[in-house]
Amino acid sequence: MSLLGKLSLDAIPYHEPIIMGTLAVVGIAGIAIAIAITRHKQWGVLWNDWITSVDHKRLGVMYILLALIMLVRGFSDAIMMRTQLALATNGAEGYLPPEHYDQIFTAHGVIMIIFMAMPFMIGLMNIALPLQIGARDVAFPFMNNLSFWLTAGGAVLINLSLGLGEFAKTGWLAYPPLSEQSFSPGVGVDYYIWALQISGVGTLLTGVNFLVTVFKMRAPGMKLMDMPIFTWACTWANVLIVASFPILTAVLGLLALDRYFDFHFFTNAAGGNAMMYINLFWAWGHPEVYILVLPAFGVFSEVISTFTGKRLFGYKSTVLASGAISILGFIVWLHHFFTMGSSANVNAFFGVMTMIIAVPTGVKLFSWLFTMYRGRLRITVPVLWTLGFMVTFTIGGMTGVLLAVPGADYVLHNSLFLIAHFHNTIIGGAVFGYMAGFAYWFPKAMGFHLNERIGKASFWCWLIGFYVAFMPLYVLGFLGMTRRLNHTNNPDWNIWLYLACIGAFIILVGIVLQFVQLYLAFRDREKNRDLTGDPWNGHTLEWSTASPPQFYNFAKVPQVRDLDAFTDMKEQGTAYKKPDSYAPIHMPKNTASGVLMAGAATLFGFAAIWHITWLAVVGLVGTVVFLLLRAYDNDVDYYVQPDEVERIESLHLNQVKEATA
Amino acid sequence: MLVRSLKNAVLAAAVFALAGCQGGVLDPKGQVGLDEKNLIIISTVLMLLVVIPVIVMTLYFAWKYRESRDHEIYAPKWAHSTKIEAIVWLVPVAIILVLGVITWRSTQALDPYKPLAHKEKHLTVEVVSLNWKWLFIYPEQGVASVNELVIPADVPVKFKITSESTMNSFFIPQLGSQIYSMAGMETTLHLIANEPGTYDGYSANYSGAGFTGMKFKTVATDKAGFQHWIDSVKQDDDKLDSATYAELAKPSENHPVEHFGSVSGSLFHDIMYKYMKNYNDWNKNSPKAESEHSISENSAADHDAADAERS
Repeated sequence: MSLLGKLSLDAIPYHEPIIMGTLAVVGIAGIAIAIAITRHKQWGVLWNDWITSVDHKRLGVMYILLALIMLVRGFSDAIMMRTQLALATNGAEGYLPPEHYDQIFTAHGVIMIIFMAMPFMIGLMNIALPLQIGARDVAFPFMNNLSFWLTAGGAVLINLSLGLGEFAKTGWLAYPPLSEQSFSPGVGVDYYIWALQISGVGTLLTGVNFLVTVFKMRAPGMKLMDMPIFTWACTWANVLIVASFPILTAVLGLLALDRYFDFHFFTNAAGGNAMMYINLFWAWGHPEVYILVLPAFGVFSEVISTFTGKRLFGYKSTVLASGAISILGFIVWLHHFFTMGSSANVNAFFGVMTMIIAVPTGVKLFSWLFTMYRGRLRITVPVLWTLGFMVTFTIGGMTGVLLAVPGADYVLHNSLFLIAHFHNTIIGGAVFGYMAGFAYWFPKAMGFHLNERIGKASFWCWLIGFYVAFMPLYVLGFLGMTRRLNHTNNPDWNIWLYLACIGAFIILVGIVLQFVQLYLAFRDREKNRDLTGDPWNGHTLEWSTASPPQFYNFAKVPQVRDLDAFTDMKEQGTAYKKPDSYAPIHMPKNTASGVLMAGAATLFGFAAIWHITWLAVVGLVGTVVFLLLRAYDNDVDYYVQPDEVERIESLHLNQVKEATA
Repeated sequence: MLVRSLKNAVLAAAVFALAGCQGGVLDPKGQVGLDEKNLIIISTVLMLLVVIPVIVMTLYFAWKYRESRDHEIYAPKWAHSTKIEAIVWLVPVAIILVLGVITWRSTQALDPYKPLAHKEKHLTVEVVSLNWKWLFIYPEQGVASVNELVIPADVPVKFKITSESTMNSFFIPQLGSQIYSMAGMETTLHLIANEPGTYDGYSANYSGAGFTGMKFKTVATDKAGFQHWIDSVKQDDDKLDSATYAELAKPSENHPVEHFGSVSGSLFHDIMYKYMKNYNDWNKNSPKAESEHSISENSAADHDAADAERS
């Protein structure tokens, strides 16, 4: 074994024009950004205000930025797959041979779930949750920063695989025995393992962090059943994270032992059993989809309640329904493999349990419906996403229940019907929810408004594109087309494959418009400032702060008397009132420990992928050393003095007065 | 509105296309597939009882209670109604109750392991997924074929399924259910073709680079046709034994149809049990015992020993 392990110059795919072109574009963009930062002398700002920040709001913004970048990467994969399948009909080979294509569909799945959807969800939670419960930060601000950088480290690894070596060619589930050393000897599966492990630890820490935040840091007067509905939805998701991510860590650890040290947990030979991996993977994988979608449900509840100017209908039912979904989500994993040969009783049990989830989900839909009832619905961008969701997700839910009937699943499993179904729920449920949340909290996080007109145009492109892209996949599933085919030769399928490709391009326009919207919002930010901090006449405490919120969130921790705490304050006339005096505010200091620890951990992952032993030791030792240094660092906090608070608050209150006058 | 009309157009097109198209799971040619198609239709209709009202109510409420129509009653604090809550819990419960009963019964009835009720005796076909082709062994007839499955129509077939290496899924959409093929394990599937015809078969579970080419034609013929096919295959001089199997097991893509006039009797059994055989010796042997090469050799050696014993 050489000093560089398996790594050599051959690992760079010089002969692949698509990859080299992509790398060139990424490189040029990177250099351009670096030059811009240097010219505007922003490196200090970037390091001090963002990279080392422990402020949940800034971390939330960085999470969403990561999610948007990964959305572009994951969507590029998607559009390559759809064009390949539209070109490779009637026996044609297309332009992506299996060698490439198989990496692309694996990367698409991993990136969209782990590095797009998860950071987007966690970003929204970071921005809104502590504000909603009247807290000044999360329970463990440094750990929050570490979580982000671990997630980013995983994202770096997975993107590194593009230009250095290869990514897994196993599908995003990495089922053994295919993912074992004997059938996947390359570094692809190792990239998969370490990218997921490192970001998975970050996610687990986030789950712990926000659970403690919710349990220990609620404003006085706010009982658990007074928490805003988005906070509740996130709390259930965090319970799921804490309960399920260790399973993922364990199962990937076992797979790593198989690959690195010739263990035989999941091998064909020597008593290994791949079915164990499949069970364990889905014991994480199924709760994972609820981790993605429950916070999105929470966003819809907030949006509908805010923009109808009404209380949420059936708050208790909604909280209980989310809880029921979370718990049931843990006992349905077998429905991902009814075709593995379980007995009829086992399959029927898991089928029926899965269907039962439709009941609490239905209750939530009715809660949104009856919140609209006798309200005054303002058709804004977040509301459009919500309405689009309610129609689209209902269809996705229906096809999901259909797949939960084992007899139907026997012919629909692993077909494009399945692909259509989970995109129907993940795009139509989770992503629409994140988009709604993005538009809803953008003025809060950034201090200025998005461009409403472009936002609406983007929504329509996404919605229409979604239907054009994915309804044909349902049809293709019925026509017997299975997933992950590289090319086809069936004239009946062609028209649907072409349609799906067109749909993908319509969604592309939607994504481009999102970025146009962001650009216009930045360009016109001075015109579109949100001065009051309450642009939508909101119900919950985040709207009682400035936009963007003061770094300490609340000058005086609010006293909560009602579910819609801020509405209550506005009605009682206690909103925007200056207290008699301010007390010093205890705040955490920024720290570089998070980025250093995550950097060392990522280095370890990289070394493990390429079997560079000495570098792996360096990475591992580095991680521990940076942790110890942090643990023995006593200079971690400071007090904001009352006169400083006074100055910031007066500025804000004057702004509010001017804006409302 | 645009979206709605677009969606309707797409759905209408879908229904039209499905009615017109040949092939696929909604054009079943076997009893299992027919039952599953009916199950899909019944379940869908049942769910539409909730789904359609929800979609209609969503659009209607969004329109009726929009801000500009300010003569509608506005009730900002109205957030609870026991009557409505009871209905929204009970209606889905009722539908899921019905669907649950249907699910329980249909799952028992469509259990892939359950032999089909039929006057004819089941034909047994042993199925092995290899990288990347399908091997069909006819133990009762003593022949085998690669990437071509010929069965008599209107005779139930019992498929015994295993894998040489990675996991695949044995799937003939027009006949019905699929089942995974896994190395070292046997899964079972019962299917029947009601009428003669040629039906596409696939692997429905991704298994690596040559996966797309892992397809086969299923030819259902009358009994005479089936016997004729068996006889013609028997004319083939190729014998499938441990040596030729080891050759066949080497990875290949888009493998052409191949016939074997005779098959050594215990081949399927040997393929399945090779991972369990010598289980205790595993640690003594090469730690890389799983690499395909050594497995093939190993299996060949075992098989020769077995042959010697028999003779």
